Amino acid sequence: MTALTFTLKAELKQRVDVSPLTPDRLADKPAGEIGAELLQYGNRQVRADELFSIEGQDSDRLVFRGSRKLDYVGRGMSRGEIRVEGDAGSYLGMQLKGGRIVVDGSVDAYAACEMKNGEILIRGDAGDFLGACLPGNKKGMAGGVVIVKGSAGDRVGDHLRRGAILIEGDAGSYLGSRMTAGTIAVLGTVGDHLGYAMNRGTVLLARKPASLPSTFNDCGTHTLGFIPLLLRGYQGLETRFSEMSDTLKRVRRYAGDMCALGKGEILVAVR
Amino acid sequence: MNINGVQIDATFAEAFPMRATRVIITAQNLKWAYHAAQAMTGFATSVIACGCEAGIERELDPSETPDGRPGISALIFAMGGKSLAKQVETRAGQCVLTSPTSALFAGIHEGEKIPLGKNLRFFGDGFQISKRANGKRYWRVPVMDGEFLCEDTTAMVKAVGGGNFLVLAESQPQALAACEAAIEAMRKIPNVIMPFPGGVVRSGSKVGSKYKALSASTNDAFCPTLKGQTKTDLSPEIESVMEIVIDGLTDEDIKKAMRVGIEAACSLGAENGIRRISAGNYGGKLGPFLFHLQEIMA
Repeated sequence: MTALTFTLKAELKQRVDVSPLTPDRLADKPAGEIGAELLQYGNRQVRADELFSIEGQDSDRLVFRGSRKLDYVGRGMSRGEIRVEGDAGSYLGMQLKGGRIVVDGSVDAYAACEMKNGEILIRGDAGDFLGACLPGNKKGMAGGVVIVKGSAGDRVGDHLRRGAILIEGDAGSYLGSRMTAGTIAVLGTVGDHLGYAMNRGTVLLARKPASLPSTFNDCGTHTLGFIPLLLRGYQGLETRFSEMSDTLKRVRRYAGDMCALGKGEILVAVR
Repeated sequence: MNINGVQIDATFAEAFPMRATRVIITAQNLKWAYHAAQAMTGFATSVIACGCEAGIERELDPSETPDGRPGISALIFAMGGKSLAKQVETRAGQCVLTSPTSALFAGIHEGEKIPLGKNLRFFGDGFQISKRANGKRYWRVPVMDGEFLCEDTTAMVKAVGGGNFLVLAESQPQALAACEAAIEAMRKIPNVIMPFPGGVVRSGSKVGSKYKALSASTNDAFCPTLKGQTKTDLSPEIESVMEIVIDGLTDEDIKKAMRVGIEAACSLGAENGIRRISAGNYGGKLGPFLFHLQEIMA
């Protein structure tokens, strides 16, 4: 069976909420019913087949021919795979419980927000609040793995609780702010206010940041056995981090944020 | 049955159900992995007084260990789940946590979970850090040489303890040489340990005693110095008897180990003074698993 493919009939004028189009919700539905799914489009509801031409049968594998206005791709899904050819909008993989989302392009803010499990692979860039929580909430991403091949915006991992965010490009300001636990790793540069109000958790940096907050204390340079173990755990995923288990072991450890609980750590690779 | 001039008795070894787990100990090098593993599996020859039976299963290449360092896999057996959990935790805390550069991981993942680092983490006094990798939880406990990395739990499986065979020889050195050959061959078999010193026990026991307080006592029928004093099972030319006890994750594992062990002992043959292979047969009093020697060697 070919993947169930949604191709936009015309350029979107408004943002569209595609959260009803997930493998969980489309399982065993005939083509007619899938086309009749109601989607929020701007301030009105429209049928899916008004916006998309729908081809294919396999509802466990969905493909969106993307647009920056497609919001909530894969929201709350628990199984199957969604592939976005091109870009996606905000809230991609929000509250994801399982399965896999692959985006060939870039995504807007709040990707993987409040995600529980599963895998998200973004081959382009990610916007602000990657793996964070919705405004006003206290619990960010709580499991799974997010891989960004490009760069990510500000506030990555705000209130992160569990799981891993692996960024192969750069990350913006306030990386790991208010983290409760979990892991964020960045190969590129990071912005200001790194680990702001971080309670626990690990930020692993391949490059020394331009500046570190004064509320992080230097704990010295160490060879930590858990790092290769952690990186080996990413084998089988499309990330450069999985190839670094033999090289990325020795780090300088900074503990903080001493203005918060102070049990978090920023680990900076030492060559 | 006769192999290379060695008589294989028409008897059986009796074994009993146990609970077991495997742990993987890694360190900076094999030398320090051995230090930790030998400490953890020390004083663990018999459940009669040690609380568990434990031994080193094999060396592990860095490619086989979770953290990519040289390692040792060890098996620990106890009579029940609670006693196994207690022994594993106590030994991990006193012998592995304390050993420089060590890390400790589960070697079995399917089965009922028992704590490994789950409670040891509190040694970190609040500075311990939990990490999840590959769907498993690990603890990083700060210690004076760096960090002690320990998996949260290991899994417990049903196992078999007390498989055995006896080597009867014309002299003590000959009995020991045959046992050494047997142990060398048996150590290549996975999923089994021979928990006694060097894998060999010279004080085989029978069930019961003339002293009411003792549940086991010397196996007088196989004591060569008592040949004229008790109902002996030894012929005049036998001067020394040694036993190899095997604990395994399954009865099939024990059978494999017994087979290669008996083959190796018999390879020395009658010309080297090896006369008989027998087994600890307690008339069905000891346990439900029966390993018939002649069937195993058929």
